[in-house]
Amino acid sequence: MKTYLFVIHMFVCNIIIAYFFPLAVYSSTLEIKIGSKKFTESVILGEIATHLVKSAGEQPIHLRELGGTRVLWNALLKGEIDIYPEYTGTISEEILAGEGVRSDEEIRQALMKRGIKMTNALGFNNTYAIGMKGEVAEKLKIQKISDLRLHPDLKFGFGNEFMDRGDGWPILRRHYNLPQQNVRGLDHDLAYRGLEKGTIQAIDIYSTDAKIRYYNLRLLEDDLNHFPAYNAVILYRSDLEERAPHVVTVLKKIESKIPESEMVKMNSRANMEMVPENRIAADFLSEGLSLETESYEETAISRLLRHTREHLYLVAISLSAAILISIPLGIVSAKRPKSGQIILGIVGVIQTIPSLALLVFMIPLLGIGGPPAITALFLYSLLPIVRNTYTGLHDIRPHIRESAEALGLPPGARLRLVELPMVSRSILAGIKTSAVINIGTATLGALIGAGGYGQLILTGIRLDNISLILQGAVPAAALALIVQGSFEALERFFVPKGLRLKPAA
Amino acid sequence: MIRIQDVSKIFGQTRALQSIDLTIPAGLTTVLIGQSGCGKSTILRLIIGLLQADSGSIYFEETKITPEVVISLRRRMGYVIQEGGLFPHLTAYGNIAMMAHYLGWNNERIRKRLNELTELTSFPSDGLDRFPVQLSGGQQQRVSLMRALMLDPDVLLLDEPLGALDPMIRADLQVDLKRIFQALGKTVVLVTHDIAEAGFFGNVITLLRDGKILQKGTLEDLVQSPADSFVTRFINAQRSPLEVMRKDFK
Repeated sequence: MKTYLFVIHMFVCNIIIAYFFPLAVYSSTLEIKIGSKKFTESVILGEIATHLVKSAGEQPIHLRELGGTRVLWNALLKGEIDIYPEYTGTISEEILAGEGVRSDEEIRQALMKRGIKMTNALGFNNTYAIGMKGEVAEKLKIQKISDLRLHPDLKFGFGNEFMDRGDGWPILRRHYNLPQQNVRGLDHDLAYRGLEKGTIQAIDIYSTDAKIRYYNLRLLEDDLNHFPAYNAVILYRSDLEERAPHVVTVLKKIESKIPESEMVKMNSRANMEMVPENRIAADFLSEGLSLETESYEETAISRLLRHTREHLYLVAISLSAAILISIPLGIVSAKRPKSGQIILGIVGVIQTIPSLALLVFMIPLLGIGGPPAITALFLYSLLPIVRNTYTGLHDIRPHIRESAEALGLPPGARLRLVELPMVSRSILAGIKTSAVINIGTATLGALIGAGGYGQLILTGIRLDNISLILQGAVPAAALALIVQGSFEALERFFVPKGLRLKPAA
Repeated sequence: MIRIQDVSKIFGQTRALQSIDLTIPAGLTTVLIGQSGCGKSTILRLIIGLLQADSGSIYFEETKITPEVVISLRRRMGYVIQEGGLFPHLTAYGNIAMMAHYLGWNNERIRKRLNELTELTSFPSDGLDRFPVQLSGGQQQRVSLMRALMLDPDVLLLDEPLGALDPMIRADLQVDLKRIFQALGKTVVLVTHDIAEAGFFGNVITLLRDGKILQKGTLEDLVQSPADSFVTRFINAQRSPLEVMRKDFK
């Protein structure tokens, strides 16, 4: 019994410590949170901002590859991040779509109403464009977007964001009166491969994309002037001007300092030469602005340790909480059949929600980062434990149950002394299943800024770097095996010896 | 000791007991006998409170047995069932001493009581550290009996305690049980379907059929003045091997 109490105590401490003192930093510097979208250019600009904030003497935290425009914009509005790089075209066509803002001045005023400010343009215009393989375009004699009208059988693959943004495919199609029917949404990083394999013939593309040259792509001329200008800017919360005016001052140092050629070069170093973004950002600041910043080159080991720590943080809290809640839920289900039907029903339905969707549902409720990911993982870990506790209790043979009753033990004591020890193996099996699901699903936490091994997988997909993907996937699988093994070892500790013996012959 | 007054119990469509009146005298062994499904186990389960009667009442001494008081009354009754009902996750010692621990007895008192019980039931004291799966059927039943006797209850309820044992072990345990009953002088209610066993133990035998009491008396009464032809048929259905031999050699 003491061991149970000890373990419960451990779980509770786990949750309290981890939830309320997350990686506490005791210092007088301000924490400035910078966000970036899940494509290389945004990550590089995020790293540049990170270096700048550091040079201003504050403590930057870069939440890399957080997701798409909506996630970043909402995080900025809520104050979960303070700064992130954006494009004027995206602001006017997507964020403020339908408000009819076009000029920079109109944009500035509309942002001001929402407590957001914008730097001047950083220099380059990363407009959307339509790209095709050079040879294919040559063969079909396609130079301009309007030439596509003559080839209705072409297949298009567009990034999911482009499929439904204000200047995206539906409007482009109407504007140019394009006839193509075979158009699908897919991850932007995977679109290049589709193009290479010939399963699609045209994709949406950013004009500063390093892969244009690598894949020998032809950018089709926007002859009807559909796409607005996508001047890169940095958005920040207006309260930053009061909290840290010097940070805003350093951010403005890069206004008009990044020409298109420079951005293409930086993108290319990241995507083709696999140079870490933070190194690229430091080199740019040193060469372009003579601003020397310390570039913290993270070794593979320390990066692995950091992601392990983040991953364990997500898993430990969500699983501990799930264990503490699920076992009582399982007991109630077994003891009160009517509530049991409801509990098992609800917990079962939660399990059918795709994990990605569950994570995204959490964003409007809990924002980005650890708490929403932990909540989603917690919900996901309930079913196996609840179900195994319930089934175990339900299947105790009647003569054992009645013997305990006939001895004169009250219900609570029967549960504690007889029923729970007898179902310990079943409960432990449920916890094992939950732990394995939890560790696997936690890799998706990186999508909403919670870090962990998923971050490496995400970056690996973005940079088309198999080695990086494996550096995330292999430790995640290994962790699942280790945790499963540990729970098996715990059987000796939790499952009473009498239940582990084989009957005498 | 126990008074059953006009008790009926229905399971679904089956009338398991139909207005039963029965008094269990203190200090004697009362045997309930009958075919499977006649309601004999149901009476035991009503007394220990695992079931509630649909109508009528049961008194333990002068206290009416209700769900509110049944937990404390159970500690004055010992209950042994056919499969033993031992908790597989506890050793023999853990099974026997569970209630005493729960009630806060000190170790000295528990040890003393255990010594008395192992002696009484001729249970080897090194067997106390074994788990139920490591014990033979006969030893399991001895452990089950010790568990029932641990708190020194006034009443012992046994539901076919020997039903699952093979004949030699069963015969040994019958002798031991009878000796124990006599030594303790407790009120015993024993359920069996074996008329020889009933005669061996019973001061009073109560024969049930289809939820009704057919006849009460000694084995002699049942043989010599049966209440109806079923009583005779029931007794004759279980013939002894010697009787079979005598018929064959005629």
